[in-house]
Amino acid sequence: MERYKRNIKALSLEENIILNNSKVCVAGCGGLGGYIIEMLGRLGAGTITAIDGDVFEESNLNRQLLMDEASIGKSKALAAKERMSRINSKIKVIAVKEFITQANAEQLLDGHNVVVDALDSISSRFILQNACENRGIPLVHGAIAGWYGQVSTIYPGERTLSKIYADSKTQGLEKELGVPSFMPALISSIEVSETVKILLGKENLLRNKLLFIDLLNNDYDIIELG
Amino acid sequence: MKLVVKLFASLREGRAKEILIERSGVYTPKTIIKELNIPEEDVAIIMINGRRSEADIQLNEGDTVSLFPPVGGG
Repeated sequence: MERYKRNIKALSLEENIILNNSKVCVAGCGGLGGYIIEMLGRLGAGTITAIDGDVFEESNLNRQLLMDEASIGKSKALAAKERMSRINSKIKVIAVKEFITQANAEQLLDGHNVVVDALDSISSRFILQNACENRGIPLVHGAIAGWYGQVSTIYPGERTLSKIYADSKTQGLEKELGVPSFMPALISSIEVSETVKILLGKENLLRNKLLFIDLLNNDYDIIELG
Repeated sequence: MKLVVKLFASLREGRAKEILIERSGVYTPKTIIKELNIPEEDVAIIMINGRRSEADIQLNEGDTVSLFPPVGGG
């Protein structure tokens, strides 16, 4: 299909078909989530579940792809569905206007091939990791703060979050450092490439490893967590 | 005992990228964090010689200790 012509070479026809048959859950439709959904949708991931109970605020405008000035007060999850219907009407986007909680997580994630973390708190990420483990789903973790960002791929049983945060009550730096536009764009790209590699069965994932990026100093470190 | 401490991201602010320490006696990442006046909750990951470690592991001559802060936004 003409639409996916520039996918070919990087991804074979068979791999494009696998992507088209895959079901990816994006937890959070803010800074990271907006870009993740955009890239997955343009690549042709067949079904994307976009979960976010939040609505847009003016302070999201500096970095959140799914919003414009007219979006203030509107649902982030619905905005994802609406935008993707204009960009790739061949795929299905399921909008879930709920926050992920202990009570609903497993039910919301069930049946997906990969879950992508685009959440904005460490405590909710632990809920996501537990639910993914219980449902046997790989999780691609990403987080950002100021000039810094990180990515890791977590398979059931690896519980990587426990190795990179002291505990679920840990407060991240983002409250004091904010988040400039280029960090969600960068970290979401790496999360999507990890997601695609999982879906296609490719090797060299960031499992038991944390890619930590400091753009201010141009430091790119991979921390061995095993 | 000579040790190298590498600070990452925001932990460098007001300190340095790399600090050389020469001390005698029992030394752990926890004592380094305290000595550098870094609040305990500001350190999310500790590495010794490139591998993740706990805060109370005893350090040896020539070890490199790397400290990373918690990043949690989305």
